[in-house]
Parts: sequence; C-alpha cells; structure tokens
Amino acid sequence: MVKKTVNSILVTGFTTIILAVFLSPFLYMIFTSLKTQAQQSVPSSPIWPAAYPTYVIPSTVKGTFTLKVSKSGPLLDQTVDVSQFAGKTVDVYTVPVGPNGSGKQLALLMGFQKGSIFLDPANPTADPIVWNGGFFKTLPRDWSFSPAWGNYAEMWKDINYPVVLWNTFQYAVWTTIGVLVSCILVAYGFSRFRFPGRDLLFMVLISVLFLPIFVTVIPTFAFWTQLTDFLTKHGMPNFGVGTWWPLIIPSFFGNPYDVFLLRQYFMTLPRELDEAAMIDGAGPLNILWSVIIPQSYPVIVAVTVFHIVYAWNDYFGPLIYLTNNRTAYPVSVALATFNGMFGTRPELIQAGALVTLAFPLLLFFLAQRFFVQGIVITGVEK
Amino acid sequence: MQELTNLPEVLRSIQKPTKLGPAARREMFVGLAFILPWLFGFLVFTLIPILATFLFSFMNLNLLDPVWPPKFVGFANYITMFGDSAIWNARPNSTPGGMWITLRFGAIALPVGILLPLGIALLMNNKYLKGQNLFRSLFYMPFIIPFVASIYLWAGVLNPQTGWVNQTLLAMGVPNANLPGWANDINWVYPAYVLFGIWGIGNAMLTMLAGLQGVPTELYDAAKVDGAGSWATFMNITFPMVSPIIFFNLILSIVGLFQYFLVPLAFNQGTGFPGGATMFYNLYLYKQFFQFQHMSYGAAMAWLLFVVILIVTALLFWSAKYWVYYASESR
Repeated sequence: MVKKTVNSILVTGFTTIILAVFLSPFLYMIFTSLKTQAQQSVPSSPIWPAAYPTYVIPSTVKGTFTLKVSKSGPLLDQTVDVSQFAGKTVDVYTVPVGPNGSGKQLALLMGFQKGSIFLDPANPTADPIVWNGGFFKTLPRDWSFSPAWGNYAEMWKDINYPVVLWNTFQYAVWTTIGVLVSCILVAYGFSRFRFPGRDLLFMVLISVLFLPIFVTVIPTFAFWTQLTDFLTKHGMPNFGVGTWWPLIIPSFFGNPYDVFLLRQYFMTLPRELDEAAMIDGAGPLNILWSVIIPQSYPVIVAVTVFHIVYAWNDYFGPLIYLTNNRTAYPVSVALATFNGMFGTRPELIQAGALVTLAFPLLLFFLAQRFFVQGIVITGVEK
Repeated sequence: MQELTNLPEVLRSIQKPTKLGPAARREMFVGLAFILPWLFGFLVFTLIPILATFLFSFMNLNLLDPVWPPKFVGFANYITMFGDSAIWNARPNSTPGGMWITLRFGAIALPVGILLPLGIALLMNNKYLKGQNLFRSLFYMPFIIPFVASIYLWAGVLNPQTGWVNQTLLAMGVPNANLPGWANDINWVYPAYVLFGIWGIGNAMLTMLAGLQGVPTELYDAAKVDGAGSWATFMNITFPMVSPIIFFNLILSIVGLFQYFLVPLAFNQGTGFPGGATMFYNLYLYKQFFQFQHMSYGAAMAWLLFVVILIVTALLFWSAKYWVYYASESR
C-alpha cells in the first residue's frame, strides 16, 4: 500500500515536471507580452513583467528648504521648494541612508552628479533627505510587478485585429458549412451503398491526403491568376486571386480527412434502423437526415471543431491567394506579417500570438471530448 | 411479403451480384450520386491539376510572361533540376542543397516525432499515474494552436540572449561563449526547428495512448506468469501491439517531412537564414514558383517530390511485414 502511494507520487510528479517544461512557452508568452520595452532592454530584469517603482508626491507637501548638496564636488547650498513637486510622479531608489547604511526606498526630487535630494514616501511631509554618496543613477532600484496592458491595445491597433478577426471568422463559417454538407453526403455514399469500384475510390480518397500540395497547387494557382487577369481585363467583378473564393469553393467538394472521419463513424452505426426506415418508405436522403445524422452528433461536432481550428490556423492558402490584398488577411497571415515588421518588439509579437491562439484554445477546452474522440477514430480504427 | 420480412438477407444477397440486377443498379446510382461532390472535386482540384503539373514540367512556362502557344522542351527542366546544386549539394562547409537539408532535418525530427509521443503515451498509460485525463488533455492541447503562433513562442524561449533556455543553461554554469545560437546558428538551427514543431506531437501521442490502452491485459498477465521483465514485456507485447499505430504515424511524419517548408517560410520569410541552412526542398520549390514565377521548373520539382514520396512510402509498406504486427492476420 505504501509502495503504491510512493509510486503514484513519483510517476505523477515526474509527469508533472515534463508537462511543465512542455508548456513553459505559454508562461514565457504571457510574461513577455506584458513587459515594457524599457524592462526588456535591462538584461538583469526579472522574468515576470515589472517596472521600477514610482511615487506620486501628494498635494499636501509644502515648504522651502535650503540643503547642502554635492552637485559636482564641494557641498553647495541648494534651495528646494517641495510644493513644486506636488502631484508629480517621481522615481524611487534604494538609498543607503538607514541605520548601518541599510537601504531605504526614497523618491527622487533632484539628482546631481555627486549627490541628490529625496523625499521619504513613508513620511512625505517631513524634511527632504540629502544623500551625497555619488551619482543617483548608480543607486539600486527594486523591480515591482507591473503588467503593461497597453501592449495589447498597441498590437490590436497595429495588426488591425477587428478586421482580420472578421475575415477569419467568415472563412471559418463558410468552409465549415461547405465541409459539413459535402462530407456528410460523400461519407454516407461510401458507408451505406454498394457499387463497383467503391473501395478503390475510397482508397483514392485516402491517398489524396498523402499528396504533396505543390503537385496540385501550381496549376490551380495558375488557373486562378489567369482567371483574375481575364476578369479584371473585362471589367467583371474579381472572384479570383485577392479574394477568399479560391479557398472557399473547394470546401464544398469534400475534404478527404473529414469524409474519412465521418465514414468510419457511419460504419459503426447499426443498419437495422436504416432498414426499418426503408421499409417505412423513406428515401436515401430522408434516411440520412432522420436516421444517420441524429445518431452522429459526436462525430459531426468533432468534424466541425476540427475544421474551425483548421480554418483558423490555415496559413498557406490565404498566404498565396491574398498576398496582394492586405484588407483580406486572416489572423495567421496577419500575425506572420506583423512579426516581419515588429521583430524588435517581442512584447507585441507575444501579445499577438496570445490573442491568436486564445480562440482555438477556448474551443478546445469547451469541446475537449470531441477532439479526443475524433483523433482516436482516425488513428486507431484504420 | 417474404422479401420484406427478410429484408436484411435480401439486401446482403444483392450486395455481391455477378451481374447487377435492377435493385443493385439503383443502389449504385444512388451511391454514386452521394459521392458526386467529392468525385467532381477530385477531378477538378486534384486529378486534372496533377496531370497539368506533369504536362507543365515538360514545357517552358513562366507565370509572369505567358508565351502562346506553350513550347515543349522535353526533359530540359528535369536535366536542369538534377544538376541544380541548390537541391543536391551535400559537400561540407558550403550551402547545403534543399534535399540534403530536408534529410538532415528529418534525421532529428523523425526520431523525436515518434519516440517523444510514444514515451509520453507510455508514461500516461502507467497505472500509477493519477489524473490521466487531465494530463492527456494538457499534453494534447498545444496541438490545436496555430503553428504561426507557436513558432513565435518557441523562438522567444530559444532566443539566444533573452530566451529561457539559454538563461537556464547560463545559470547552470555553461559559459556564455558556448551557448547555442539556436535558430540563428547554423549548427543548432535543425534542433531549434524541431523544437518549433514539438507542439505537433499531440495527435501521435493520443493515437499511441489509445493503442496502448487497447492492449488486452491478459497478455501482460501471461508475461508476468512467464517471469518477463519490463523490457522483455515492452519488446514482446507492447511494441508489437502498438506497431500498426507507430507505422501509421511514421508514414504521416515522413510525408510531412517531405512537405516541410511553412515554418521557415513564416519565420524567416523564406530567406534560408542562417546561411541557406533552412532552404528546404519545398521552400526552394515555393520560391521558384511564387517568387521567380518559374512555373515549369516548379512543376518538375513537384513531380520529383511526388515520386520520391511514393517510393519512400512503398518502401515503408514493404518493410511493414518485418516489424508491424497485425492481429487480424494471425486469427
């Protein structure tokens, strides 16, 4: 019993460590996306989003003080009118003015080469404190947690996120409709009817999955380019290169992966119900609609979520057909273009990546069961 | 009447006729009608383009400057291709060719792509693991995020100066001069790209786990009775039982490897940085077609790739009989 508990702790602990390493880039992304540019230029800064502390001087401070400060060497009289600083935000430094030279958090009022004047944030109405120990910029500063939410607003505006989001959304909706309608029909044809050459055709369908894309992309792209030239030359509305149509139209003609998934599932459904409906005089379409589909919700949901994620993540298709039309970019292409332009701003890139992956991630957590089921159908049954 | 009560039998009997009767003919037409969308799509978007690509590869077509009528140039594109050092160069200390880059990258990517998901699946199938479903979801989860986003996450973690990996190595005492330059370093760029893609293992991991869970427990009990150790049990029971799934994933990985180019394209805008080390075969093909508009040369390259993939998959299928165990055959 004890051995069993120890083993459980060891195995679960080890797996947790591997998982933590595996998922650590997520944490990197969240942290980096909230850092300021200033923090990233300091190599010794913490890994979490942080900023140097600042202090807002209260409006109640008043009084004029004459203090002996070493500006560039000898101690000279310096007059400070504290009320001048009321309401201002100033930097906080760790100044060694405490007992035995221990550090104290003080707000900088005036800084010079050899000495500076500070205010104690713990007691702002007290006299200012002079420190003549050297240049104030050499003083240590503590980092404090400070997320820069503004990065997200900046990225959102620079990528023009509302537009790319709308483009991606439309692409996902149209192609999902196309895939669902065509693949359900085709899968039904492959799973419920016998005809010569059916198994051979199904093999052909599967083998398309293994085809290198360029074998089909080259003439297809050439066709759409020629069509676009023709349409623009004759003043007709363009539905070729630069629009989404070359990507949406093929989705209405069956996608091998989704046909396979649906067909595998349909094969497991008992034929008795079909046959009963057939006796009642139902036609094939009627049987599909009222017998097969109601039994197949899990796989239909799986195909839907797979396809939405696929459309969301698709990069190559939109890249080649929409390169010249920035206003039609989907999230993936927009993010890659953004990376090319803002390579020196990792915080914006990470913020963009986070927003881009948030939607599929959310969908995954909502429809987890269907994802897992769908993959097990493809991987194990065949 | 008898036909109606015995409908299943009747249906079955018409399913394998030598000559199609009227009912079977009707079934054939209905079936064909349902698969028509795919048949049409296959013709228009797959078969005709493949044949067109084949035809183009013997022509001299340029997308920018179409010449009519197109001229046949025989095997000229293929001859140029076989002499193109940007594809074949394998000499050390020079810019490697695309095919060679693909193979060198594959030498790391393939073993990682099979062994890592297998290892995680084995861990997940361990009877001492608590919260198996939660782990399964979390290990699978990164698979669904856009690869464009995951590249930037991993590139950040692998940043030579600010990334967590090098910061950890530095903290462990690795001298600054010996830190890997990852994606910027010609010696580390392939491991870096393998890490860029490591979130893609979710699919393989899930299928392998499902396979492991399907191994009948009686087999393990029998092995225990025979006194087999854990390695012997793995080699004689676990591995053979999941070998069809490993085979399936291996085929997917190899086909994926020969099509690899989106990561360098999205990450470096297809420049081949550093020093041409990421000018994968497909990236070179992409540039020939989309950037230089050499349509016929691109077509020849695409056909060569098609043939290479066919040969490699055929070899794999041939090798399967030596190491892949199909339970149904022994029944």
